[in-house]
Amino acid sequence: MIMEQKLKAILDTHTKSKGTLITLLQQTEAAFGYLPEEAVVWFSKKLDIPASRFFGIATFYSQFHLKPTGKNTITICCGAACHIKGADKILEEVRSALHLGKGDDTAQDLSFTVQNATCIGACSIAPVAILNNQVYGNTDAEQVVKLVKGFEKEGEYTGFEYD
Amino acid sequence: MTDQQAVTIKVCLGTSGKASGGADVLSIFQKLIQLNGIEAQINKRCSYTKVGCRGFCSKDVLVDVIINDQKVTYQSIKPTMVERIVEEHILKGTPVAEWLTREDYESFQSKQHKVVLGPCGEIDPESIDDYLGINGYQAAKRAISKMRRDEVIKTIILSGLRGRGGSGFSTGTKWEICKSQPDNTRYIICNVGEVNRPLAEGNPHAIIEGLLIGGYAIGAEKGFIYIRERYHLSVARLRNAINQAKDNGFIGKQIFGTDFCFDIEFSFGTEAFICGEETALMESIEGKRAMPRVRPPFPVQKGLWGKPTVINNAETFSNIPLIIRKGAGWFSSMGTEESTGTKVFTLSGKVKNVGLVEIPMGMPFRDIVYGIGGGMEGDRALKAVQVGGPSGGLIPASMLDMGLDYENLSKIGSIVGSGGMVVFNEDDCIVSITKFFMEFLQRESCGKCPPCRIGTKRMLELLTKITEGRAEYKDLATLERLSGLMKTSSLCGLGRSASNPFITGLNHFRDEYLTHIREKKCPAGVCIALITFSVIEDRCKGCTLCRKVCPAGAVTGEVKKPHRIDAAACIKCGACYKACRFGAIKRQ
Repeated sequence: MIMEQKLKAILDTHTKSKGTLITLLQQTEAAFGYLPEEAVVWFSKKLDIPASRFFGIATFYSQFHLKPTGKNTITICCGAACHIKGADKILEEVRSALHLGKGDDTAQDLSFTVQNATCIGACSIAPVAILNNQVYGNTDAEQVVKLVKGFEKEGEYTGFEYD
Repeated sequence: MTDQQAVTIKVCLGTSGKASGGADVLSIFQKLIQLNGIEAQINKRCSYTKVGCRGFCSKDVLVDVIINDQKVTYQSIKPTMVERIVEEHILKGTPVAEWLTREDYESFQSKQHKVVLGPCGEIDPESIDDYLGINGYQAAKRAISKMRRDEVIKTIILSGLRGRGGSGFSTGTKWEICKSQPDNTRYIICNVGEVNRPLAEGNPHAIIEGLLIGGYAIGAEKGFIYIRERYHLSVARLRNAINQAKDNGFIGKQIFGTDFCFDIEFSFGTEAFICGEETALMESIEGKRAMPRVRPPFPVQKGLWGKPTVINNAETFSNIPLIIRKGAGWFSSMGTEESTGTKVFTLSGKVKNVGLVEIPMGMPFRDIVYGIGGGMEGDRALKAVQVGGPSGGLIPASMLDMGLDYENLSKIGSIVGSGGMVVFNEDDCIVSITKFFMEFLQRESCGKCPPCRIGTKRMLELLTKITEGRAEYKDLATLERLSGLMKTSSLCGLGRSASNPFITGLNHFRDEYLTHIREKKCPAGVCIALITFSVIEDRCKGCTLCRKVCPAGAVTGEVKKPHRIDAAACIKCGACYKACRFGAIKRQ
């Protein structure tokens, strides 16, 4: 089973590097894009640690997802500096462009996950959006929606566009 | 530098520089100069450096071109503009005047006092040779091979350095208490917060050197860098710096020929505000839910895995090598008597020049906003300055002459915090801002202690009531009572300081609260439930634009006749207000 092989590899690194449950979950999330319940139960048995401890951590930190996440991630910074420059509106329009229902953060077709970050410290180029790892400063709802829509068409991110 | 190497090109590649396409700018410079054999044509060697943030991010990409020690700086450079600079400036010697930085850049930079930010924007953050070139690791060498541990600590105490992360506790004293603990194992942690990113991206070796000296001083053999995984560039540059330091023998075994050993490990934090609280941060490193611990025992007594632990942030550590090298007296000569040295802030909001600034402690707010910041955007009136993030206080325009230091801020019920500074103008609503911060804190409250868990929730509900015009006078009294309770009974700083924006806001902007409650009006026109849109008939030309943009179909009217807005159908999106070219829509 492919999944079990992946889990074994993660467990191996975990044991060798004397990692913590957080690092273990971070690696699992990196491997699957989210934390599959089977994976958590598997680790719980192997390490003899109650699954509730894993879920306790997974639900505490917003970086962990218990449902599959999208292929791409768009993050809107919602710190104070971005807030007064209209981050709310950007978030709202991106969510509506991806047809996200209340409480959802991932598009139905798994193309995108939308996240909001607390301050990322790039206040001088507020408002800020991050597409996968690319930071966009001084942005607005129109540009961010365009980024997300462009993706849907091409399927893959092709590079940074200058105005 | 020899004559042969007479052209230097420095391109800003911090987070903002990269976001503006800095990497392409740099590579196009390299490509054009190499392809066209320009070095041979002008008989000069060209060198290229990627540098960290110099603070003026709104004009990125910033590019320095230095020819025969003559430096000029270009602003807002895009990859397509590089060719002309190479052609006219590098080949023919005439700078492209219209792309150069203007007075605002000069006044932004010259009114600051850059100490820890000094090398950011000058040296290549990925080169240890550049750092060694500015006397890097000499402080560590002197401290570890020539000074006793208590001498190092004494120097830091004498300098008056206080923690740049939040509470402002004396760094040297913290180290001294930790060192005096009987345990043999001790830990030292560097927290890299959001405001520290430019330091990690612009001069990561200074943080590593500070951590190394701290580790030596308290007798720790292991240091941790706690940083959010999402700060990719900071992580990459710090990791590179650690590897280079290891290769040079500055980290590892028998450092500088002594028996001192030191190793640094990353601990990847997650998106949680509570992790700025030191005991919560330790829980997170230990792999648990980041919930603060009860104190005492303090972290310096029982911290990470129960061992004495020092936590400082990256800015505090960046100061350490300079203090050791230049002396405690040099450091304490900057700033005020009680708050020595400098402090880095991200100046943002409604000022002309937003960016990363470093100022001597005690600088009046007026000089920061109107000097470095160049004044208010659109010359609007300043309403308030918020320092210290969501837990900080609001400083009204009437107090702008106050100096920014630990004492003054604590007197008015605010904190220095890690270095956020947001400027608000008359378009910003104090109640709405306070509600925004409370929303954030309520979400980020870890939920361990009831005063914070329930208090932030109840405060948010009451503030929402005010912004929606449903509040009564007694709600203000309840808010005040809750603030007091949370301040005295919360477990950690998050709950204790959560009411700061409310209390300072109420102290200085009581009228605004009362107008919301009594008249059900928002003077700034921000609180949606309290504003109405209407057409000023005299001004309306009947152009139909507002009717077209209205998503709710609330605007009716015929061509060339005054339109009207149906208040019941209006969703208060403000689209008509923005679209109208005759100023005929009234928002109140």
